[in-house]
Amino acid sequence: MGIDRREFIRIAGLSTLLGLGGKGAFELLAPGRVDAEIVPKPEAKKGKRWAMVVNQKKMDDHTARKCIEACHRVHNVPDFTNPPNDKLKLDPAMANRYQIKWLWTEHFHNAFPGEEQKYPQEHLAHLNFLLLCNQCNNPPCVRVCPTKATFQREDGIVMMDMHRCIGCRFCMAGCPYGSRSFNWKDPRPYIKETFPGYPTRELGVVEKCNFCAERLAQGLEPACVEVSGGLLIFGDLEDEKSQVREYLRKYFTIRRKAHLGTNPQVYYIV
Amino acid sequence: MLENALVGTRRYYGLLALLAGIFALGFLVYLKQIQVGLGITGMGRDVSWGFYIAQFTYLVGVAASAVMVVLPYYLHNYKAFGRVTILGEFLAVSAVTMCILFITVDLGRPDRILNVLKYPTPNSILFWDMVVLNGYLFLNLLIGWNVLECERHSVPPPKWLKPFIYLSIPWAVSIHTVTAFLYAGLPGRGYWLTAIMAPRFLSSAFAAGPSLLILLCLLVRKYTKFDPGKEQIQSLGKIVTYATLINVFFFFCEVFTVFYSQIPDHLLHFQYLFGGIAGKGRLVPFMWFSIVGMTLTALFLVNPRLRQNETTLAALCGMVIITTWIDKGLGLISGGFIPNPLEQVTEYWPTVPEAIITLGVWAMGFLILTVLYKIAVSIKEEINA
Repeated sequence: MGIDRREFIRIAGLSTLLGLGGKGAFELLAPGRVDAEIVPKPEAKKGKRWAMVVNQKKMDDHTARKCIEACHRVHNVPDFTNPPNDKLKLDPAMANRYQIKWLWTEHFHNAFPGEEQKYPQEHLAHLNFLLLCNQCNNPPCVRVCPTKATFQREDGIVMMDMHRCIGCRFCMAGCPYGSRSFNWKDPRPYIKETFPGYPTRELGVVEKCNFCAERLAQGLEPACVEVSGGLLIFGDLEDEKSQVREYLRKYFTIRRKAHLGTNPQVYYIV
Repeated sequence: MLENALVGTRRYYGLLALLAGIFALGFLVYLKQIQVGLGITGMGRDVSWGFYIAQFTYLVGVAASAVMVVLPYYLHNYKAFGRVTILGEFLAVSAVTMCILFITVDLGRPDRILNVLKYPTPNSILFWDMVVLNGYLFLNLLIGWNVLECERHSVPPPKWLKPFIYLSIPWAVSIHTVTAFLYAGLPGRGYWLTAIMAPRFLSSAFAAGPSLLILLCLLVRKYTKFDPGKEQIQSLGKIVTYATLINVFFFFCEVFTVFYSQIPDHLLHFQYLFGGIAGKGRLVPFMWFSIVGMTLTALFLVNPRLRQNETTLAALCGMVIITTWIDKGLGLISGGFIPNPLEQVTEYWPTVPEAIITLGVWAMGFLILTVLYKIAVSIKEEINA
């Protein structure tokens, strides 16, 4: 039995449609491995739900700066106000617009808007709070990303695949904490010394704190925690013997905008 | 039918050349943007969406408004609109094309745009927006083209087209609803976190789109031998009137909730837009012009004498277009980002390159519109001759 031209085109067209739909459906049901996936070493730190406690009661500007420097050094975060080539230096307003923030500080009324009062505790009034991605348990950024370039790992870490990101910046609109940064400008000329343990970024993609997933995979603590002198506590929230749980038992902590239902996993002792 | 686009008067060619020139200029600046990054625009970490996304949002409304001519004609058998449905559908085609272009120029990595198809993500509203916008483009091209072709040969449109026509009606509503959902579901953005966002989008769309269509009809009548018709323009005028009134009403519903509840997350954005915060209030005069102008225009439109006079109607339609554009194309996007989630105020204003790229996209849209209208009008003239 032969088929005429019309029949052939019909079958060819239908199978193409099915093929395309099939590929899409497959991606939906069983997403493939992510390009940026980190393969853990045997000594890797394992946790069910990573979380951090920031001891703001004892935090001082010197420690905060040390943490930020450690983080930005090992993640190749550009510094637009202080580049290797002085000619590239940007004025503060421009630098602020382009700034990439992984770990940074803000005053209480910016970190916890709506919680401020006219007559605050003296200590709180000028205290700089260390801010980072809250690694939300229910992250809006992951919900809105159209390509799964930002995704949540089983241990709770919200990750970025910077090879998949299309730079639509929907996640930046979705994040209620200002924890996401976009590369408005080529960041590479603004990196003092390129650290080989983590990739530098290209123009046009979004990035953020990743709880040092690449260091956890090597059995190391997050860079900021390591230099914090015990003021940043990192551990497994699901392990009741962990230091994080110990601190949460012992101290009263607050979280940023927890009422939004994002379930942030960075806790502040104030 | 395409051959009609190739022959025309000097004025037609002149217009095409002008639009192509503006587009080329925009394209050159866009190449620069690709090279040095989106830092070339006025956007930044605090206001991370700007002029491009705002134009996109406004134009989705213009596209959706085609339903205002399609629905009365096909569902209510309002015969008069038979003359103008094609103009509405082709306006939608050009508007959706502009939407897609605006999304593209806003991307940090346009070379990866197909990742949206490669890794389909139904929990992202942007994925659905991609689906509905492309679907709407396809529907309007398919329907417009086929109906026009049949009209040319004086035969009724084929039966298989009917389901597509009926589908295009809810589909038009869906494109602007889904676009509103892009904003209305974000937990940390008080200005957008309102259930009336989608209804407001639709009401302003059904005000602005038919207004633009009225102006286009008047232009078509002036410069071609095809008259879209007095009755048609008057019916569109009534649609504009109702939609503008509803739009103003929705705005005041929003204002009531925001100002009576006094919840800062929501209120601060209104304070920034209409009063400024800490001396920063670049958009304040625009927003007041928009809302006062829109309210007055709505009231003027209610007056039948002002509406029936085509000169005053055209002026009022112009006002509807401008005031809704300020509301959606200027205030909506930056207003949602200012103040930022840490309650800091960083203002936004488009840069010159950003404005040129924007103009370039508009020029491409009007180029497509001119060509499509030329085809449609030539065929209408042919039938009448």
